Amino acid sequence: MYDKGKILGGLLIGIVLLLFPVYYNAGRAAKAPERVLTEKAKAAKQCVEDLAYMKAQHMKILDEWRQEVVRQDTRYYKSSDGKTYFKSLQLTCMECHSNKTQFCDQCHNYMGVAPYCWDCHIAPKENG
Amino acid sequence: MLEKALKGSYYYWGWLVLLLGVIGIAFLAYLYQFFEGLKITGMSRDVSWGFYIGQFTYLVGVAASGVMVILPYYLHDYKAFGRITILGEFLAVAAITMCLLFIMVDLGNLPRLLNVILYPNPTSILFWDMIVLNVYLLLNIIIGWNVLSAERKGMHYPNWVTPLIYISIPWAFSIHTVTAFLYAGLPGRHYWLTAIMAARFLASAFCSGPAILILLCYIVRAVTRFEPGREQIRTLAGIVTYAMILNVFFLLLEVFTAFYSQIPGHMETFVYLFRGLEGHAKMVPWMWTSAFFMLVSLVLLIVPAFRRNEKILVLGCLSVFIATWIDKGLGLVVGGFIPNPLNKVFEYWPTIPEVIISLGVWASGLFVLSVLYKIAVSVKEEAA
Amino acid sequence: MMGINRREFLKIAGWSALLGAGGKAAFELLAPGEAEALLQPTPLKAKQWAMAIDFTKMDEEVMGAAIRACHRLYNVPDMGNPKVELKWIWKETYEHTFPTQENEYIAEQFHHHNFLVLCNHCTNPPCCRACPTKATWRREDGIVMMDMHRCIGCRFCMAACPFGARSFNWGDPRQAPKELNPDFPTNPDLPTRSKGVVEKCQFCAERLAKGQIPACVEAANAVKTEAMFFGDLTVKDSPVRKALRTRYSIRRKPELGTGPNVYYII
Repeated sequence: MYDKGKILGGLLIGIVLLLFPVYYNAGRAAKAPERVLTEKAKAAKQCVEDLAYMKAQHMKILDEWRQEVVRQDTRYYKSSDGKTYFKSLQLTCMECHSNKTQFCDQCHNYMGVAPYCWDCHIAPKENG
Repeated sequence: MLEKALKGSYYYWGWLVLLLGVIGIAFLAYLYQFFEGLKITGMSRDVSWGFYIGQFTYLVGVAASGVMVILPYYLHDYKAFGRITILGEFLAVAAITMCLLFIMVDLGNLPRLLNVILYPNPTSILFWDMIVLNVYLLLNIIIGWNVLSAERKGMHYPNWVTPLIYISIPWAFSIHTVTAFLYAGLPGRHYWLTAIMAARFLASAFCSGPAILILLCYIVRAVTRFEPGREQIRTLAGIVTYAMILNVFFLLLEVFTAFYSQIPGHMETFVYLFRGLEGHAKMVPWMWTSAFFMLVSLVLLIVPAFRRNEKILVLGCLSVFIATWIDKGLGLVVGGFIPNPLNKVFEYWPTIPEVIISLGVWASGLFVLSVLYKIAVSVKEEAA
Repeated sequence: MMGINRREFLKIAGWSALLGAGGKAAFELLAPGEAEALLQPTPLKAKQWAMAIDFTKMDEEVMGAAIRACHRLYNVPDMGNPKVELKWIWKETYEHTFPTQENEYIAEQFHHHNFLVLCNHCTNPPCCRACPTKATWRREDGIVMMDMHRCIGCRFCMAACPFGARSFNWGDPRQAPKELNPDFPTNPDLPTRSKGVVEKCQFCAERLAKGQIPACVEAANAVKTEAMFFGDLTVKDSPVRKALRTRYSIRRKPELGTGPNVYYII
């Protein structure tokens, strides 16, 4: 082939770069997230919706809430088990899950997700 | 045809690398702005738009000017311009690229840029500006590329390009009219609230753009084997002359209305720009420089002996560039915000990071321009 | 407000009884947010919210109270530098509040005396026309609202506003000088903003939803009664209409046709 040297050389460099994450982290396992529930959260037994739903959809819920609260002035949420909640990240969600670093951040850090909510919304004060 | 941009002299590559260097430094400056916020610029609560938007406004004018070559050629069969329509179209592409980049660096929250498309507001002139600018960019890329490509193959361009060309003519007028509407419809800004804003914009566009095109033709003539044509440059010079006359005339009309009516709201910004207001006078030397070069350009362009002398014409075009760049790129936007809605004066001046980022955008535009011109000129050299 | 109705009374009575009996424990049993939800207060509603500011009652104490209440409630920091300052409600002299009402020989009580200025929540707002993403829009109750989640920071609304009512976050507001903002954020129940978005007064939409009048009005009236009025312009006997009916009032730049809804009773 034409330019055999350049092509094979380039391919080699490309593969080395592409596989960097694999051999850099070889032999190490990232720490699995350990979500800690506060006493309040445990006592509540269930979040706004059930665990599976919250795990999969809490981002969607928050996105819908922020649209509805700000743009439609509808500030109360009826959950599927008939309870009514005040739609607020700071005042509702974080009241139970006030241990952000041991709860929210656990999975977010593991997944490499950095939601920008906290640029504006004030995270609850944690001790130590 | 892109391969034509990959073969060039050391000067060509050296120029591109220089531009990339400037872009690289400016990118770092932009990262600094991205993480610190726009507070690193000279903009303030009172002068909330500044150098970036001024440059954007100026460059929309330059982009619109492509029509001054297209219109005579396609609508009036002025065959001579056929040699350089591609240069006008590619200049428009580079100019619009810079416009879009200036908007992007000016945004407070760039990651949300797509909100303009996801949540459009048809009452917003910014929305329409986004549409007309992007469509115009596409039009020029498609038209320019296909016409050039056909010329390279010695064929006539495909028929479907023709309607696009005809659309691009009124579209060019529309981009600058819509940009003028950004300013001319705001009730609180008396310097901008004038019906003649769009007309002034177009007049200044049609002198500044072709003036730049003439200068680019000289550069092309000097560094390549392609001759844009003496007649073409002469006709362009004539267009610049009439447009500059109109530009200065419209400016004087504004000055008359302001100062004969003696209404403070109309006068105050002119006073700020040309005399200083409440002790603030940063813009004064710049505005008088602009006025001076407007006069110089009129003399150099109107007198036929000067206009037809290509060496003097260069000076004339440079004068046009300086005059219009200061007037539109600096005076227009800043002036609109001074005095503020509470009649206080808070001055603006670009900071160094702001200027570096702006230079980076200009370098990006020049990069696009150089690559596109290299391709166009290579094709034309071949065909000759 | 016409006083509480029967439903309100029963709600309050019921809760008082429960509280009396169960005390704090009763509240703990409920999930967060549920208490607020159950106590769903009746929001204040209107067809056109408006404000009337009685200039004759304005002194530094009244205005200071109003400004402090607003900025503390909404975590608006003191940036300490007019270039990047954030202000939702502030003081301006007569000359700057009404620049088209030039009057060198105006009565002494107006000359160089301060007025409270804020967003006028215009009926025909040019800022809402200008916004390319509808991050600011006029609600059906007349409030010109901000959606901080959507704002792209283009600042077109700031150019469009004829009253200079809008502020932009040129940097991160949380980086405001600590010496000027020792207890920032002053209200952990409401968010701050981030860098790159525009902000302004929103007639305390969150408070209205809870049945409370704007914080500035409440705070001003706590210092001097009837210093500020707030109500529905379309309701003949609202506090605002009553005030406007009997006293002369002016607005800022009415000739521009934006329909400002902040009236100044002079």
